[in-house]
Amino acid sequence: MRVSVSKIDLSVSLCNIKLTNPTILASGILGTTKALLKRVAENGAGAVTIKSVSVEPREGHKNPTVITFEAGMLNAVGYSNPGVEAAAREFKDLQDVSVPVIASVIGTQKKDFVRVVEGFSKTKFSAIEIPLSCPHTPGFGLLAGQGTPKATFEITSAVRRLTKLPVFVKVSPNIPEICTIAKAAEDAGADAITAVNSMGPGMIINIEAQKPILSFKVGGISGDALRPVAVRCVYDLYKAIKIPIIGVGGISTGRHAIEMLMAGASAVEIGTGVYYRGVDVFRKVCGEMTVWMQENGIKNVKSIIGVAHD
Amino acid sequence: MVLKTLKVLLVLHMIKRKKIKLVSFSSREIEEKKAEQPVMVKICKITKESPGVKIFFFESDVKFTPGQFVMVWIPLLDEKPFTISYFQDNILGISVLKRGLFTSVLHSKKVGDTIGIRGPYGRGFNIKTNLNVCVVGGGIGMASLTTLVDKLNSVNNKQGLNITIIHGARTAAEILYQKRFRDMKLCTEDGTAGFKGTAVDLFENLIKRQRFDTVYACGPEKMLYKIFELCQRNKTNCEVSLDRYIKCGFGVCGQCDCSGRRICVDGPVFNMEELSEMKDFGKMTVTKTGERVIC
Ligand SMILES: Cc1cc2nc3c(=O)[nH]c(=O)nc-3n(C[C@H](O)[C@H](O)[C@H](O)COP(=O)(O)OP(=O)(O)OC[C@H]3O[C@@H](n4cnc5c(N)ncnc54)[C@H](O)[C@@H]3O)c2cc1C
Ligand SMILES: Cc1cc2nc3c(=O)[nH]c(=O)nc-3n(C[C@H](O)[C@H](O)[C@H](O)COP(=O)(O)O)c2cc1C
Ligand code: FES
Repeated sequence: MRVSVSKIDLSVSLCNIKLTNPTILASGILGTTKALLKRVAENGAGAVTIKSVSVEPREGHKNPTVITFEAGMLNAVGYSNPGVEAAAREFKDLQDVSVPVIASVIGTQKKDFVRVVEGFSKTKFSAIEIPLSCPHTPGFGLLAGQGTPKATFEITSAVRRLTKLPVFVKVSPNIPEICTIAKAAEDAGADAITAVNSMGPGMIINIEAQKPILSFKVGGISGDALRPVAVRCVYDLYKAIKIPIIGVGGISTGRHAIEMLMAGASAVEIGTGVYYRGVDVFRKVCGEMTVWMQENGIKNVKSIIGVAHD
Repeated sequence: MVLKTLKVLLVLHMIKRKKIKLVSFSSREIEEKKAEQPVMVKICKITKESPGVKIFFFESDVKFTPGQFVMVWIPLLDEKPFTISYFQDNILGISVLKRGLFTSVLHSKKVGDTIGIRGPYGRGFNIKTNLNVCVVGGGIGMASLTTLVDKLNSVNNKQGLNITIIHGARTAAEILYQKRFRDMKLCTEDGTAGFKGTAVDLFENLIKRQRFDTVYACGPEKMLYKIFELCQRNKTNCEVSLDRYIKCGFGVCGQCDCSGRRICVDGPVFNMEELSEMKDFGKMTVTKTGERVIC
């Protein structure tokens, strides 16, 4: 039974944040300036996430920092960011951006997360995402032992105490006990789990140069190669936790987004998809979701969340 | 769909017949397997253009439009953007001004050494078949305009094109491409060659007296901004090539932002309409950390 386009409802609610559609810009892709966030919002994203911000400015790794291969992308940007003071200046007056803006906050230790969240206290973000899962930046994420249940609990609790905004904890696909980590975050008061960060790290060697291409040698894998892993992580998490899940990894079409929602995600983030299909990937994905829902007689996108489960 | 399948089959057939080498720029023709990775090329010639600038030539069948750039990789060191400034029969050249570590190491390379090339990236100049064209290059910015001049000359071969080239440098020794473009209007800040003053001063004098259909410019952003303003005032069409710190080169990292436009894919060349919407143009730039600062 076909449904007319005007009846298709793509809106979702994520921790009481109203999104006109379930696509969100993932952290680290284009989210460096307010002007770019604005452009992504104008291109159909339901919400946008800024590039992760630390206390101090960071130059990141040397180039090459991002390369692609047949099945995805390999990156070791190394969390370059201007530091919380400059970022708070850049992202003031967020009302120019027409959709909710999510802050991404990183730190080498608990007190850094606290300082960044405090530094953003006057900025009108709609939520705070804390990635405890970067696979390729010394001092941060997995390389700093932040991907353990204990560290996850401690960092999440500290951020939780500080803010009334929804807190999203971003987890790694690398860790077999991903559900234990997510539970620790849930117990510490996280409002949602973002799953997943890039996987690996992986390495690509140029055989003529006989050297790894990335200057950091290894980098996180995203894009198509990551998608089945991300879908499985979301599927497992849906059974293990009660808080909503934001599915991320390899989504670049409407079908991919629907698959992720069926696995149990309440919304999806798109990063590498910007490379595959351009800044308007968000509009394209929503258009494709609409057509699919029309053809399959589904009016409300919320009705497909988690339907892949028995 | 059928067409796409046929195209893929044709490409596969060509690979089998070794008409397409897999490890070359041609691998880009296989749409599904496109990879943004450096390809190693051998430096086949090096010429010295000025005390600070060397041109490195290498073989490559990459297709590009004037104004586009490539990322040059020196393994274990870094990877930086350079405009293609020479193009003939599958030989490409980049002109490199020695500035810091990367360009110093590049300058120490010899014929036969290899470097990695990825690209070309960005949107180049719009080749118009206008009759009165002015090209303004400040310093090493002239590199971006060289292949544009070649191209304009070749498309307009029999149409009586009139190109005015203004090239500004600090001093006579830094003037580039004198043999390549013999009739450039030169200017130096210290007056050691040509007009004493900046490229903007000279351009301002010219545009008062002469009507240009299109102005193309590349150089320091302050200079570009002044050229843009003069063109606006004189209702003259212009395109300028901007410069920002480049990381990915293909539009995902957000490092090269200028008011919501990415230098690496939306630019580096922008037209008047775009420039007039870019509030940061001529005012703010972005540092390596991603901080927007006054330029
Ligand atoms: C689109 C584009 C085309 C360019 N084309 C040419 C060219 O044809 N010839 C040429 O000599 N130079 C060109 N440049 C500039 C060139 O990339 C820098 O001079 C070079 O990277 C300097 O590196 P370094 O390590 O020697 O110097 P550093 O000491 O590291 O830097 C000196 C200055 O170079 C610039 N720079 C450094 N790294 C980068 C980077 N990753 N991306 C952009 N700018 C950087 C910065 O402004 C910096 O202040 C171009 C830049 C851009 C953005
Ligand atoms: C170039 C690049 C930079 C990234 N930077 C960040 C970052 O700063 N913070 C973060 O939490 N995740 C970062 N990520 C991970 C993405 O947000 C996302 O989790 C991952 O890429 C998987 O999604 P995708 O396949 O849609 O890209 C980055 C990914 C890429 C490709
Ligand atoms: S350099 Fe990465 S977006 Fe332009």
